[in-house]
Amino acid sequence: MEGSYLFSKRLNLQKNLIYFGFLGIFLFFAITLYNDGFLTTRNLTNIVLQTAPATIMAIGLVFVLSSGEIDLSFGSIVAVSALTTALVLQSAPLIMGIMAGLGAGLAIGFFNGILVAYLRLPSFLVTLATMGLFAGIARSMTNLRSIPVLNDTFTGIFGSGKLFSIPSLVIWTILAVLIGHIVYRHTRFGAHILAVGDNARAAQVSGISVARVRLYALTLCGGLAGLAGMLYAGRLQAAKYTLGESDLMTVIAAVIVGGTALYGGKGSIIGALFGSLMMGMLNNGLILMGLDVSDQMIVRGVIILLAVALSLRNFNRI
Amino acid sequence: MTEFQPVLSLRGIHKAFDGLVAIQNFSLDLFSSKIVALVGDNGAGKSTIIKVISGIYPPTSGEILLEGEMVNFSNASSSRSRGIEVVHQDLALVDEQPVYMNMFLGKELTKTPFGLLDKARMRQESQNLVDGLDVRIPSTNLAIRNLSGGQRQGIAIARAVHWASKLILLDEPTAALGVAETAKVEELVSSLRERKLAILLISHSLDQVFRLADQICVLRRGEQIGIRETCKTNKNEIISMITGVD
Repeated sequence: MEGSYLFSKRLNLQKNLIYFGFLGIFLFFAITLYNDGFLTTRNLTNIVLQTAPATIMAIGLVFVLSSGEIDLSFGSIVAVSALTTALVLQSAPLIMGIMAGLGAGLAIGFFNGILVAYLRLPSFLVTLATMGLFAGIARSMTNLRSIPVLNDTFTGIFGSGKLFSIPSLVIWTILAVLIGHIVYRHTRFGAHILAVGDNARAAQVSGISVARVRLYALTLCGGLAGLAGMLYAGRLQAAKYTLGESDLMTVIAAVIVGGTALYGGKGSIIGALFGSLMMGMLNNGLILMGLDVSDQMIVRGVIILLAVALSLRNFNRI
Repeated sequence: MTEFQPVLSLRGIHKAFDGLVAIQNFSLDLFSSKIVALVGDNGAGKSTIIKVISGIYPPTSGEILLEGEMVNFSNASSSRSRGIEVVHQDLALVDEQPVYMNMFLGKELTKTPFGLLDKARMRQESQNLVDGLDVRIPSTNLAIRNLSGGQRQGIAIARAVHWASKLILLDEPTAALGVAETAKVEELVSSLRERKLAILLISHSLDQVFRLADQICVLRRGEQIGIRETCKTNKNEIISMITGVD
């Protein structure tokens, strides 16, 4: 019994691809960039700090993809949430700013969710539209201006602070991954997300409210994007409409490479963390290598393509 | 007295969709430990009967009595809460999830204090269930997609047995199976009599119907042609009832 279980695990080499890829890229940069400071504690910490918002977004996306839907709007949610928080903090206390930023994310996610779950519009098109809609709203909110965040407590909690000499962004990442993983793997909500994404009809005849599960998944993704927006605002001590704009491709790639199925039914929070760290490492390494921006984009595109191809290649599919 | 009370009685069931008659004047009694087969050509109304019993379609007129008590199921959940389970033709299993999660799909067990899934107990109970029904699978940790067609059917039936206290509706349980697997599933269905459950079986295979059923109920174009004791009829009679040709 134990033996056959292990056997089925071993068959799933593809599932563990992310860990080999992560290790491979790490070793490659560690050797080639040894003299350029890649391996220093400071640089490695920097990678984790820079990827924290993307990791948080990736966790939300794992839930949405696992439920068989997709969210393309999380980048715009990041900008709207960051700007909302910054604007509210100008005249209101800390707690109001936090609630406004998180609330904005949850509200947009809920809006996506209602359209997808109850009006049964395809999530690809709904979130493509809301991506544009809220990118526009983010621009018009402040007439393209960037809004400074001067509340020290806020920037401490969400960006530059430390607790027991651990940077707050690292704590946020650990907390989000840990809670995300437990909810995904060890709660009925997580189980229902996976069931709906795998076989919605089976879930429905088993008494699972398919619409509610989809609604919650998209709302959760919006809320996490809101949190990511606040982390950006806290770290940069300012909010701008460009925040989150360039994260769409990176986060989707991180999640897919991390072993989450594009069409629902299976995924991994830990995999998404490593996917996100791998993307951050790639960014960092290519900069240290001295590639200019256009070359960085090309190399990153090729590597993402390769990684996605390897992790999605299904040898049984016609 | 209760020995002879039917688990489920359908009386004068009539079902029409926008004026189109799907079922007319259908009456049937199902008893515990008895298997009744529902046969008929495609479109005869077999699936409609299953959906009426399981609460997906409310009947246009007629009565459904569960252990003598009139019931009115508004959806599939309300029939399930009264001990009626359906094994759908497509099995309604979640491929990527392990056997034990499928066994408890939608009714997952949790443990205190945080309400997290009690995977150990679900594994254990699933193992007991498949052992008790002699469904042979390597492990309840395996994902459904790693199982054969017969094993999947076994899991779907085991799940129904776990949750049904009165009646199981089986929709074409062996339609997609090979010879050996069909024999195994038939053995399993037959063993359900010992669990005091009433069984309604839909099947296209008359050989199978004669092997398994105690009674055979024939439908033709929504009309109930008749009910026969399996031991007092033969294939020719049933075929002529199904086709309407003597």
